[in-house]
Amino acid sequence: MSHLLEAFSIALRMIITGDPVVFSIALRTLLIASTSTLAAALLFIPLGCLIHFNRFRGKRFVVGFIQTMYSVPTVFVGMLVFLMVSRTGPLGSMGLLFSPWAIILGEIVLIAPIMIGLTISALQGMGKGLEDTATALGAGRGTMILKVLTEAKYTMLTSVLMGFGRAVSEVGVAIMVGGNIAGYTRTLTTAIALGVGKGETASSIALGLILLSLAMVVSILVNLLQHGGRK
Amino acid sequence: MILQMKNIRLTREKNKILNNVSVDVPKGSFFVLMGPTGCGKTTLLRVAGMLDKPDFGEILFKGTSLPGKGKKLLQTRRKIATMFQSPVMFSGTILSNIAWGLKIRGVSQVEISRRVEEILTFVGLDGFAKRDASTLSGGERRRTALARALVLEPELLILDEPTTSLDPEFKRDLLVRLKEIHSITGTTFLMATHDFTDALAIGSIGAVMREGFIEQSGSMDDIMFKPENHFMASFTGLRNILHAEFIGSEAKVKHLTVAHAGLKHGSGFLAIPPEVIVLSLSEKATSERNRFSGVVQSIERNGTTWDVTVDVANVSLIAAITTGALNELAISPGSSVHLSFKASAVHLF
Repeated sequence: MSHLLEAFSIALRMIITGDPVVFSIALRTLLIASTSTLAAALLFIPLGCLIHFNRFRGKRFVVGFIQTMYSVPTVFVGMLVFLMVSRTGPLGSMGLLFSPWAIILGEIVLIAPIMIGLTISALQGMGKGLEDTATALGAGRGTMILKVLTEAKYTMLTSVLMGFGRAVSEVGVAIMVGGNIAGYTRTLTTAIALGVGKGETASSIALGLILLSLAMVVSILVNLLQHGGRK
Repeated sequence: MILQMKNIRLTREKNKILNNVSVDVPKGSFFVLMGPTGCGKTTLLRVAGMLDKPDFGEILFKGTSLPGKGKKLLQTRRKIATMFQSPVMFSGTILSNIAWGLKIRGVSQVEISRRVEEILTFVGLDGFAKRDASTLSGGERRRTALARALVLEPELLILDEPTTSLDPEFKRDLLVRLKEIHSITGTTFLMATHDFTDALAIGSIGAVMREGFIEQSGSMDDIMFKPENHFMASFTGLRNILHAEFIGSEAKVKHLTVAHAGLKHGSGFLAIPPEVIVLSLSEKATSERNRFSGVVQSIERNGTTWDVTVDVANVSLIAAITTGALNELAISPGSSVHLSFKASAVHLF
């Protein structure tokens, strides 16, 4: 117990004094997760809109499939991306394996269903009544879509934050395609996994506390946005 | 005619929602579309408002057939405004809600401010401009939705069940205001309601729908006083609807012979409004051609009057009488009474 308390106090000291190793890992994690979230948002929110605002055969199946992919195991995504970026894979010539870009690519794939699915849910949540009201007040299709997106902005931002939360806390992709290389592809989750294995309890706790804080900030922001959206 | 809908058919998931419906809405009229819940009124209004496309049929706006899509359709659609049964408010203030339709039409800010202020006074929402739309009561929400539609100065205003789920005071108030707005602006109103009394209070012309069909259309007087079939008679609140065999100016209902003012042969229906039947304890010398005697079956309160059901030669007839008349007659189930009513009061269909 005393060993744990000691490790905990060292961890706090590391955070307070701004331990360069701990903070470089945290910063890298933030950069990777933010980049993948931003890229996924730019790619998949429009795709979610496209699915919602258009009628096509099999739409219900597509939406159902996307929703079941929310909880796809990270190691499965890691394996897929590994096969894609490994030397013999279709993207092998780009030399992405064991680089931050490979992690970003993996995280984009991982959070894509969340982005698409939650965008569709957010737009569905606005109700057909909103679309009808805008149309009945004289909006063309483009103006109507813009109005619905404006009204759904808080819920859509929530989906972005949920995506970020999943990206920042995943470990399977980062370890499989990032390789956990110190100072290059090591992220909070992979560093914790390695630290615990090596018995570096204090630094693992420090990294864990930072990860927990990030998750909490995301959760608080989601709550605030949902409150703002309902207001 | 401002709007003509010809042979409109619409099917959703194998259900025929509109079945060869034709409706003509005269310019400047207050047209009321009536019918029980689920009869297709809302769908027809959506077709009229160009929100839904019919599978078959033609829609003419001011005599011109509507284009399927594109700018021309948008231009025509912008001459029509719809207020839905459950109005959806955009997030933001009442001001931003009402101004939105004008903004997307490119109206200047100065003009928007003037028109919004004017319309808020018009619908009785003075001082509400900066209120958050999410804080409105049901009645205020309807008025805001009405203002949001009216501010666009539409040539045709579509109202889908505007008084549903409002308490009686708000309902009366909204109906009075709608009538005022119609007479002041001269805009054509097309309103759907399942409440026949609302329709009578406000409409000048209308149509009654049932299961995707138009049962009867015409002036409100014709709909009220000249029902064309059994459904229409019961929809307009007529009671004592009886199947009869007509022979000239008389009708046989079982063993009862009822005199009427028409000339009809064959089988059909007649209706005797309970209010026209006079009850008495002894047979009186009157000019009324229909005079019968019977036995009281039941006496039940119906609002401010009493429904007295009388068995007349195995035909049950309901007479509506006042509390004063009931006290004076001092009748109870089993009492013998005499009934009389004018031949001209009998409806035939």
